[in-house]
Amino acid sequence: MTTTTEPAPTGLGRVRSLVADDRVRKLFGCLLGSLVVALMTGPSGSLNAPTAGFTGSLFSGRVVVFLFLGFALWGAIVGRDAIAPEINRGTAALQRFNVFRNQRTRYPAYAGLLVVAIVLPHMLSNFWQEVAVDQIGVYILLAIGLNVVVGFAGLLDLGYIAFYAIGAYSSAYWTGSLPIKPPHIFNPFVTIIFAVLAAMVAGVILGAPTLRLRGDYLAIVTLGFGEIITIYANNLQSVTGGAQGPPKPVPHFSVDLIGIHYKWRIGNLPYYYLLLAFVVVILVMFRCLENSRVGRAWTAIREDEVAAEASGVNTYKYKLLAFAIGASTSGFAGVLFASKIQAITPLSFLLQQSILVLVLVIFGGMGSLPGAVVGAAVIQWLPNGLRTYIKQEDLFLYLGALLVVMMIYRPQGVVPSRRRSRELAMTEAGLGGPDAMSQPVGEKP
Amino acid sequence: MCLTQHFWGYFIPGLANGFLYALIALGYTLVYGVLQLINFAHSEVFMSGGFGGLFVVNWLIGDKHPGGFASVWYVVVGIVAGAICGGIAAFILERVAYRPLRRRNAPKLAFLISAIGMSYFLLSLAGKEFGRDARTVKAAFTMTPSKPLFTISGAPVTVYDAVIAIAAIAMLVMLDRLVNVTRLGQGIRAVAQDADTASLMGVDINRVIAQTFIVGGLLGGAAGFLFGMGTAGVSYGMGFTPGLKAFTAAVLGGIGNIRGAMLGGLLLGVIENLSLPCFGANWVDVVSFYILVLVLLVRPTGILGERLGRSA
Repeated sequence: MTTTTEPAPTGLGRVRSLVADDRVRKLFGCLLGSLVVALMTGPSGSLNAPTAGFTGSLFSGRVVVFLFLGFALWGAIVGRDAIAPEINRGTAALQRFNVFRNQRTRYPAYAGLLVVAIVLPHMLSNFWQEVAVDQIGVYILLAIGLNVVVGFAGLLDLGYIAFYAIGAYSSAYWTGSLPIKPPHIFNPFVTIIFAVLAAMVAGVILGAPTLRLRGDYLAIVTLGFGEIITIYANNLQSVTGGAQGPPKPVPHFSVDLIGIHYKWRIGNLPYYYLLLAFVVVILVMFRCLENSRVGRAWTAIREDEVAAEASGVNTYKYKLLAFAIGASTSGFAGVLFASKIQAITPLSFLLQQSILVLVLVIFGGMGSLPGAVVGAAVIQWLPNGLRTYIKQEDLFLYLGALLVVMMIYRPQGVVPSRRRSRELAMTEAGLGGPDAMSQPVGEKP
Repeated sequence: MCLTQHFWGYFIPGLANGFLYALIALGYTLVYGVLQLINFAHSEVFMSGGFGGLFVVNWLIGDKHPGGFASVWYVVVGIVAGAICGGIAAFILERVAYRPLRRRNAPKLAFLISAIGMSYFLLSLAGKEFGRDARTVKAAFTMTPSKPLFTISGAPVTVYDAVIAIAAIAMLVMLDRLVNVTRLGQGIRAVAQDADTASLMGVDINRVIAQTFIVGGLLGGAAGFLFGMGTAGVSYGMGFTPGLKAFTAAVLGGIGNIRGAMLGGLLLGVIENLSLPCFGANWVDVVSFYILVLVLLVRPTGILGERLGRSA
């Protein structure tokens, strides 16, 4: 055994070695994090008292509670690290009881979930029914669509809600609610076709020039597009009705076919079941798409764009396809939203909503369809469940922090897709990449 | 033709805007140079600078009505305060949203998402702590257009325009020297050219990246204060639109290219303001978006070309 031990560090050296210790760093991280949370949940300030929020949150008794919580979190993390192998073995053993992984129990489990989804709203109050339709149902649809773009193809779309707006306004146009009249007034169900087409065309027009370039240019172009759409909706008074929205409400859905007459009304439950049916159908469609030739092409592009191109995958075409599918799903959700809400205004389509949908997808797990559903349900339910504690205007404080925290600690999401989490692990080991952000083929960095 | 009348009257404020865009665009381009990433939270760095300058200057001015040399002093103090706040915000941003991901070798998508998360976090935090109304910086000098400093073919040049131009030119020259002459600039260029090789040559990449963020933050923060002196004032959401336009400017000039960002900023500011009489104030923000799409369609490398690492 060698005896050349280093001399015990003194003074600054000791501090340095202490700071370099992983556990000490984690302690600092936890305590700082707890202070940030204290600030986030503390009282608000104003321009006249800009320090009130800080002093109220950081120089009062409550900071002790938060520091203690941070300390407890640190204890939990260090404790978990110490017994990580055992925990991993335990969770691996528990996977056997995961009914969704087992071939035989998977479909009964899905059927059970469906039954719960059918029965549950009957037990909810009117408020929660409305949340289930307006905020959860529509956003599940949006999240599934964005999941195709971000999750399957690995592209970042920050103006996703623009297509939602296009869908909603197209529906308003073809039902005759806008100041500018269509050649023929259609049933809202029929307008779905027009709206989806319009959103898809917009997606192709936007994606065609951008997707040839680096992946991150798409993010900024869509960010700009999302902003432009609200400007158009606000300023084209004679076309869109301006800031007040369409002058006539968008009609509710109705069926008037051979012998069947049904009209959706103000109530929430009919819309809930309509949405549920659409969500299930689209989920099945996207699941098939994921396992098809197209889905495999997306995977190939994500994991290694150059290799995919070399193997004969037309990367540009498939990226554009993913973008267009995402856009049209968003447009579709827009029709449902417009028909349910009836009175749409440009304020329904702010950039914030795009970020919200992104949070839903990231939280649930990129590339994971169940993740998108779970993400939408949880993230949209929480602010309503905690509405007495969280101010509505502070919502994005939490969502922004959540995005950062997810990216640092759990990029694969809470319900990860197995393939996607393996890709992320591989990237971190320096192999391939789980997004389509690399240089396009033929362009030098 | 809508351009012929009052050409200079629109050109001069456009140029002043362009200087601000150039200052912000440099933050994007510098970070893009070393990391090949769009820093989505740069607009919040800009906002931090605006708040920093606002609080310091409003506190210093108090009830006074400064003039003469005192005005210069307040403006300089405000710019320095804004720059420091911007630098601090950029440093924290790099530490929290970028470094943990870099250490893990995370994919590019993760950086973009974490940056957009940080952007919304900072934006909402400012809204929560400082209220959600805009506030202008107290007048450090007379800035009404009716009392111009001098006129160019009948078009007034206000003190505000002149202050922006002088401050921005000074900062742009300083930055140009910093990148081309100093050791830090050498490091930035080395990392931008080839990070792996630079690290083999003994460049501390993490340090250089942090310093690059700070330099970009200093410029962005100073621009935030200069912007806040204008009529729009300082508010929690002030960064979004200028940020988007400054990115357009960076792409227009050629991303990663420092002189390109300066040129792109000035060009965009002028084009945008000249389009004002043609399309009206409601549509100004649309113009820059179409410029962005047009540049990406026609010449995605920008006017001066992408020059990661070759900043001169």
